[in-house]
Amino acid sequence: MKVPALLVRDLSKVYDNGFQALKGISLEVEQGDFFALLGPNGAGKSTTLGILSGLVQKTSGSAEVMGHDVNKETSYARRDLGVVPQEFNFNQFEKVYDIVVTQAGYFGLTVAEAAPQAEKLLRALDLWEKRDEPSRMLSGGMKRRLMIARALIHKPKVLILDEPTAGVDIELRRSMWDFMQDLNKAGTTIILTTHYLEEAEQLCRNIAIINHGEIIQSTSVRELLGQLNTETFILDLTRPVSDIPEFDGFSVRQVTADSLEAEVTKGQSLNGLFAELDSRGIEVRSMRTKSNRLEEMFVGLVREDNA
Amino acid sequence: MTDARIQWVAFNTIVTKEVRRFMRIWQQTLLPPAITMTLYFVIFGQLIGSRIGDMGGVNYMSFIVPGLIMMSVITNSYGNVASSFFSNKWQRSVEELMVSPVRPITILAGYISGGVARGIATGAIVTLLSLYFTHLQIHNLLVVVLVILLSAILFSIGGFINAVFATKFDDIAIIPTFVITPLTYLGGVFYSIDLLPGFWQTVSMFNPILYMVNTFRYGILGVSDVDVWFSLGMLVVFILIFGGFSLRLLHQGKGMRH
Repeated sequence: MKVPALLVRDLSKVYDNGFQALKGISLEVEQGDFFALLGPNGAGKSTTLGILSGLVQKTSGSAEVMGHDVNKETSYARRDLGVVPQEFNFNQFEKVYDIVVTQAGYFGLTVAEAAPQAEKLLRALDLWEKRDEPSRMLSGGMKRRLMIARALIHKPKVLILDEPTAGVDIELRRSMWDFMQDLNKAGTTIILTTHYLEEAEQLCRNIAIINHGEIIQSTSVRELLGQLNTETFILDLTRPVSDIPEFDGFSVRQVTADSLEAEVTKGQSLNGLFAELDSRGIEVRSMRTKSNRLEEMFVGLVREDNA
Repeated sequence: MTDARIQWVAFNTIVTKEVRRFMRIWQQTLLPPAITMTLYFVIFGQLIGSRIGDMGGVNYMSFIVPGLIMMSVITNSYGNVASSFFSNKWQRSVEELMVSPVRPITILAGYISGGVARGIATGAIVTLLSLYFTHLQIHNLLVVVLVILLSAILFSIGGFINAVFATKFDDIAIIPTFVITPLTYLGGVFYSIDLLPGFWQTVSMFNPILYMVNTFRYGILGVSDVDVWFSLGMLVVFILIFGGFSLRLLHQGKGMRH
């Protein structure tokens, strides 16, 4: 049986100022998974990732990367792990290429040994032309990609990405999604935190939601979305309507003169909603979900946990 | 890949990075000591020195050269590690090391070697400049090599400890300004402690830099105010004490790990 890519048991962390960031969380991520760790700001996501990568000292519990305890078999655990932090953490005066090959050196690869992988990554992440520029000259998106290249230079089995697409424009975000998906298909286990729930829904197979230092949900994205009881749709109408009558079984309210908001609960069909609209002579020009489905679920779960 | 190989390549990587850093900013690292020391040679050595006459049995210029070389080695070794490591902490690029399999002893050895490299580079520049002003002979090459190397190592470790505890750039200027520079000036660079009254001679004997300067002077000129082998022994003892303390700080992740 394969060892889990990540195994966390009763992990807790109390900072020096007394703040308890983690209250004994347990997690398991299988090899090859694309896993999302979600949670509001300050929930404990970065602390968890920090303990795994060696930047935060745990208070109690255990964490393993590819079967290696991060505190007892540190060297092996770190060789299997690549880390892309939330904040830029490279030397602003060093050249792009030097940053990547220097990191390779910290994993035992000489400049000559790292050169092919460095070129491959910098080309794949569209940074090859910038390789001789000091990193401070890069745009925000390029800096994020540089951190990804740096994290992958030693070909880790597990890649941790802490909000990798924060502040990145949509086009670039999508190209980064493609890159991450290709990486995952090639066998790298990916664990990411993100505030873009669309990102988690698009990319991840499994998910854990953390709030106030505790895991409140850990399941597959499909199963989680299956728990969603209602979905809200915005309907744009071809003609304005003045008065919205009662709909049989559906909660519908008017947003503007030519748009409606309809809640469809689990078990109801959209055909039913359209039949109701049709019978009232209301013609729909276009339709979209009010918010991302996972976002609705996430907000609901966190609200419930906070209550 | 064996751990030994990882540590060896990582050590070389850190040293290369450190040397590349001080060579890249040579106008800030190598040029200032060359200018400052040339001024010392001209003003103290030639202009004032010619009126002073002999000191410690040799002419004044010859007397101050070893002290000024040692001063360059000490301040540059210290400054290199203090500013480089603190800058890495401040920019958080130290996290590149923290997430890697590099061991604390490798990190420390790498940064110390970088500091020693800069100390020796500036020492060599100052030595070459001094040859324009005076004739240098080497009385005991082994002592010269040992005292330069051990002093550079000790002050590199000092710079490292300073950087670990520093939380802002001002903090890495405080120790050099208020501790190292006064101790260097009072460490017999410009005078023999024989000139001091008895009480101040005794006080001077507690200044560790006095031992380094005098031991180096012995290696060059064959004259010293202190016991050379005792000085070298004490340097080793301090290196072990402060080196051990630095390793402990790295293991704890002081100032680097939360």
